[in-house]
Amino acid sequence: MCDNCGAAAPRPDYGDLEPVFERYAGIAGSLISILQKAQDIYGYLSLETIGYISSRTGVPPAKIYGVATFYTQFRLEPIGEYLIMLCQGTACHVNGAALIEEAITDHLGIVDGETTEDNKFTLNNVACLGCCSLAPVMMVKGPDGEETFGNLTKESVVKALETIRARG
Amino acid sequence: MKIVVGQGSCGIASGAKKTEDELVRQLKAGGFERVRVEKAGCVGNCYLEPIVDVYDDDENLSARYVKVSADKVTQIVDEHVRDGKVARDMLINESDEEFLARQERIVLRNAGRINPESIDEYIAAGGYEGLAKVLSSMSPGDVIDEIKISGLRGRGGAGFPTWFKWNAAKAGRGDKKYMVCNADEGDPGAFMDRSVLEGDPHSLLEGMIIGGYAIGAYEGVIYVRAEYPLAVARLEIAISQARDKGYLGKDILGSGFGFDIRIKAGAGAFVCGEETALIASLEGERGMPRLKPPFPAEKGFWQKPTNINNVETFANVPWIIAAGGAAFAALGTEKSKGTKVFALAGKIKKGGLVEVPMGLPLKDVIFGIGDGIKNDKAFKAVQMGGPSGGCIPESLSDTPVDYENITKTGAIVGSGGMIVMDEDTCMVDMARYFLDFTRKESCGKCNYCRVGTKRMLEILERITQGKGEDGDIELLEELAVKIKDGSMCGLGQTAPNPVLTTIRYFRNEYEDHIYRKKCTAHYCKALITFTITDKCTGCTLCSRKCPVAAITGERKRRHEIDQEKCIRCGRCEEACNFSAILRD
Repeated sequence: MCDNCGAAAPRPDYGDLEPVFERYAGIAGSLISILQKAQDIYGYLSLETIGYISSRTGVPPAKIYGVATFYTQFRLEPIGEYLIMLCQGTACHVNGAALIEEAITDHLGIVDGETTEDNKFTLNNVACLGCCSLAPVMMVKGPDGEETFGNLTKESVVKALETIRARG
Repeated sequence: MKIVVGQGSCGIASGAKKTEDELVRQLKAGGFERVRVEKAGCVGNCYLEPIVDVYDDDENLSARYVKVSADKVTQIVDEHVRDGKVARDMLINESDEEFLARQERIVLRNAGRINPESIDEYIAAGGYEGLAKVLSSMSPGDVIDEIKISGLRGRGGAGFPTWFKWNAAKAGRGDKKYMVCNADEGDPGAFMDRSVLEGDPHSLLEGMIIGGYAIGAYEGVIYVRAEYPLAVARLEIAISQARDKGYLGKDILGSGFGFDIRIKAGAGAFVCGEETALIASLEGERGMPRLKPPFPAEKGFWQKPTNINNVETFANVPWIIAAGGAAFAALGTEKSKGTKVFALAGKIKKGGLVEVPMGLPLKDVIFGIGDGIKNDKAFKAVQMGGPSGGCIPESLSDTPVDYENITKTGAIVGSGGMIVMDEDTCMVDMARYFLDFTRKESCGKCNYCRVGTKRMLEILERITQGKGEDGDIELLEELAVKIKDGSMCGLGQTAPNPVLTTIRYFRNEYEDHIYRKKCTAHYCKALITFTITDKCTGCTLCSRKCPVAAITGERKRRHEIDQEKCIRCGRCEEACNFSAILRD
């Protein structure tokens, strides 16, 4: 059920997860890998998805929820078409990541963890991306893969986002 | 002729892929099919990316071009490929060549030189010779002895002697043992492991296979950050190539020894740098540390003897075996042998990867190799060891960079991140930044770490917001000691270090924040004021840019800022063409 309008959300049939269960069948300790694949497929881990994985693996839903909320990679809410991962590593912090975050927030009207109304962008602050020499840095993950933008300024970050938006 | 385009994450972020595509297109259009285009990992001069190397027919480097954006490709193709002349204006200059020339490269021996997706290039560079030597002429005990002679210590942070861990795992009893590589480079500001994974993945594999042989393991696991997609992709290619060539699998090189490696992607948790937390994560659990003993060498992954080393540690191993432990021990200091890779970043002119013998003075790294501070500002401090480390002030820049001397300053060598800070960096804010990080990353098992880091963070936030009170510094110091004593794992035991070192060396900044309500670095928003000086020409630009209409004044007259309304966003300062806005 959709929280906003009450309409029934389309239910995934989880067929895409079959090869994942096959691959990890009988390999103990694969829960994190299964959750990663599920998130790759569905974009996030809904409570329903967690319930389904529980029914197939025998791991209690509470434990799956515990694992999913422990690691920063997992999301329990859907995200927009493009995920902005804004680096908050030390080098980026020292070189003004806070100003870049401000510029993104001003431009898109979303704060860390939120998605734009048109479902285009989600903003996530992330730990170091490891491109410290290009600080401040952001990585944008979209339908065509990841793209990294370095040496950001308040102007260039807005320009980069607009270029992405213009792709349609 | 061969043209190599550096394509680590930094290079790609700087446009190297576009450069490569354009190069391939133009070479094809120009009919220069005999010219091969290859990729390589990061050479380490990150500030010069994209970097393009041109090799002559005898495989000698004939020119290194820097900052080659796609639009500059035409010049290389026209001048160098077609006319055989070096395109001088794009050539790396002497001072930038010094950046590499002053280094001593063991871990990064192949980085930026070979194609990380080609096992043949790794072999041609002497790769897998160490493994062949081990399997044909050395016993597991011999391998451990050689590592002992080398003096190699763990490069992940704690600096524990590698031979000792291997020996313990070798002695561990169990029908199965595991060799695990910690490639979950979580320290913000360190990227040497990423560079090895992306630029020379086979050196890691070879080190792991040798280590597996030494401790008697048949299975290796690489626990790698999910944030490093390129590293994962290149590791996968390397593992499959190593299997095809018989360096992985059953009966390696006909020796009867079998070993295989698989990749496990981490899911983002800094605490998983702690060995027992990493093991819990490998088992699909929340990454929470377990009590030691038993140590992983006795009961680790699935309760079997397990040895965990960091990427850089493993990458040293093939070199040590091939060149001999004594050659490694000849470098560095008495207790800190060999070289160490440092990730130089922050307010530094030439940021990148620097590999130097242990014991070089800090200033030689920062000024000699990194060429000093961006925009020639004053050097204030260098942060080493990330959230577990500390800030070393300018006055200690003669400190030799080795485990013992850096620890004496209150920081740690850690994984080798060096974040340089200048006069504009607020040290109280840096302490707040690191506590914010450790507070989020605390797994929550120990009270002191879970609640204590939160309380410390709250105090630091208060201070940076101008609400610091008398006694705050002492309270921070008291909490710091208790958190260190009351935490089970390294995360909590070291989390207060950034606060303690900044208080130790920059107590005056804390006092300025608390008692004078001033941030001398002019960073903390609540503690700065913007005023307009005589230089104002009354152009009205600032008043138009001000988002809260705090600036008033007549045209061609000096303007004023209403301090009550001002939100200190700094837009007036950015907009002003006459430097008339004073930040204090």
